[in-house]
Amino acid sequence: MTLQFNDETFRDDYSFFNSERAIKRFPFPFHEDSYMYSVNMEQHRGGPVDSVYEKRFDVDEHYVSEMRDRAMVLADDPLRCQSLPHMTLAGWDLLELIMVSKSEDYPDLFELHRDGDKWRWINRPLGIDHSFTFLDETTLPYGPMEYITRQAQGDYAVLDQRDDNLWMDAGMITTQADWSLDFDIGMNFFEWHAPVPLAHEKGIFVRALKFLLNIQQGAPARRLNWTMTVNPLLDTSPENYHKWGIQKTTLTPENLGAKQHLRVELQTFFRLPRSNALVFPIRCYLCSFQDLMSVPKWGRRLHRVIRDLPDELATYKGFIDNRPMMLDYLAAFDDGLLTSPGIWPDLDTEPALQK
Amino acid sequence: MSGAEKIAVKVTEIVPLNDLVTRFKFERVDGGLLPTFSGGAHTVVEMQDGDITRLNPYSLMSDPMDQTAYTISVRRDDEGRGGSLFMHTRVALGDEMVISYPVNLFSLDLRAKKHLFVAGGIGITPFMAQIKQLERFNGHWELHYACRTPALGTYGDELRAHHPNETRIYYDDQDQRINLADLLEGQPLGTHVYVCGPKGMIEWVRNTAQADGWPREAIHYEEFLAPKPGKPFEVKLAVSNKVIQVGEQESLLEAMEREGVDAPYLCRGGACGQCETSVIDYAGNFIHRDHWLDDAEHDSGEKIMPCVSRFEGKTLVLDR
Ligand code: FES
Repeated sequence: MTLQFNDETFRDDYSFFNSERAIKRFPFPFHEDSYMYSVNMEQHRGGPVDSVYEKRFDVDEHYVSEMRDRAMVLADDPLRCQSLPHMTLAGWDLLELIMVSKSEDYPDLFELHRDGDKWRWINRPLGIDHSFTFLDETTLPYGPMEYITRQAQGDYAVLDQRDDNLWMDAGMITTQADWSLDFDIGMNFFEWHAPVPLAHEKGIFVRALKFLLNIQQGAPARRLNWTMTVNPLLDTSPENYHKWGIQKTTLTPENLGAKQHLRVELQTFFRLPRSNALVFPIRCYLCSFQDLMSVPKWGRRLHRVIRDLPDELATYKGFIDNRPMMLDYLAAFDDGLLTSPGIWPDLDTEPALQK
Repeated sequence: MSGAEKIAVKVTEIVPLNDLVTRFKFERVDGGLLPTFSGGAHTVVEMQDGDITRLNPYSLMSDPMDQTAYTISVRRDDEGRGGSLFMHTRVALGDEMVISYPVNLFSLDLRAKKHLFVAGGIGITPFMAQIKQLERFNGHWELHYACRTPALGTYGDELRAHHPNETRIYYDDQDQRINLADLLEGQPLGTHVYVCGPKGMIEWVRNTAQADGWPREAIHYEEFLAPKPGKPFEVKLAVSNKVIQVGEQESLLEAMEREGVDAPYLCRGGACGQCETSVIDYAGNFIHRDHWLDDAEHDSGEKIMPCVSRFEGKTLVLDR
């Protein structure tokens, strides 16, 4: 299938949009009518055809625009991309993983030609044709991690593993849900998760860390996480809170369907072979409430999940103040019918809205 | 799902190095490339010995960047349960075998300004790959290698020939000893020490370094324990709803696998933590042998590592 890339923005006039195809493949994060924080990991080995799970790194209609937005964020704030000196080898690992995966999974868009250490990388959507020497930084315009993640959707946290812990020692973080690489760099797993409520008591982080430490080469894992964003903003960093935080007050019952977006992160986890580091690609997908409501199952379910979410989580995810208005909107799409299990839209089997 | 991803390989070289150690080379059956790995990684080799599947971990010692083949070195253990003997006596050139993807529990700390390696006997193997990795990136390292006799000094000549300034070898039969206190004392700030060898050597290095004020995270060690035989015992597996017998010569993990219970593992040597299993009920004594659980956990009777630990007593019920 040839991909049509959207010409769109994630700022100012917010011309971001999802095609019908993009809506149907949106990674709706709720597999049942309620939500509780959990580790919810599974193996990352493909998934239904054309779903976001199908390829190792999903490339979709937003690719070119997202890369344009990343370049703007980096121009304003170079600290969104950092790599401590011992992480260079992990950066090459990541470059190799992404180049190999994309060229194999999307041969019409990306090509990789290798002759020993002499590599040639062709990225058609971004118009790049570049020859370089693998493991020789001087042949790239940026460090290896920065070079490849300027060409890959989603954020990348690159973690060193030592002393039975994981350390946030490198990353390209420009589309994050309110956390900061510059603040977290050099921290370990428990330090950077300190702000999450409810999860500590349940020992969830101890279990999650154990799971992650044991992720092995050839056996990547994945999970979905979610939050809410008003306007289709990719960059909701704490550094820019003054710009986006205020936008939450612009919601009205009339504009909510178009402005309120469910923000879903597809988090994947790969062991990097040469460095033994771990990488967490965190891919952000946005979908407006009104687009989500075109899928009857998601309309019913989103209403129930948001209605029943504990206050602490609604506060942590930053939408407690707008929750009543969201529920007024969503209630119109919940007729009380049962929903099928799982996250897929099930358009052929779910009945249309009965009211 | 148990274990790491697997790869079908064939044996393309068998080289007896001395009375005890033989080197094996593996290439992919399909002719493709093997995954790169990081120095210190091991692979679990599956051996089909009649009805028994033996699974032994061995450190990868080839160049981590070389994707055409992996090599391991196997030390024959006549007292052991038969895995290394099987490799020595039954594996032939051209045989097809299954090995796991590389798993690294003994990674280099890439922040180190200098890497100080202390090896005993067959403990040299992970360092062979780490040295190749460091050489590729101009890393700073030094090796102190103790072995019984020159004839048993596996790879000693090779190391000395290629790295005369970095390598020092000590022979027991010539009464040569590593002067550890002086060695540790003389290291530049930011040095990490790595030790792989017999249990006594590992403890000696860890204790000496700690007493000398080395930070815990700058001391690295690896020891895979081979499961030891013991009295047979019976175990009830609550989740699988099975009662199984663990024989004298097999480990609890092996007994579970024999009965078709899918139990997780990565190292099969008490080091990785992957096989940790909760104890639901017991009456008797545990024979804990792992490096994973701490003393308090060993005493609590709440956990067991089935790859190396055993039980003596009447009742043992596991959450598996
Ligand atoms: S399998 Fe590694 S500790 Fe048991």
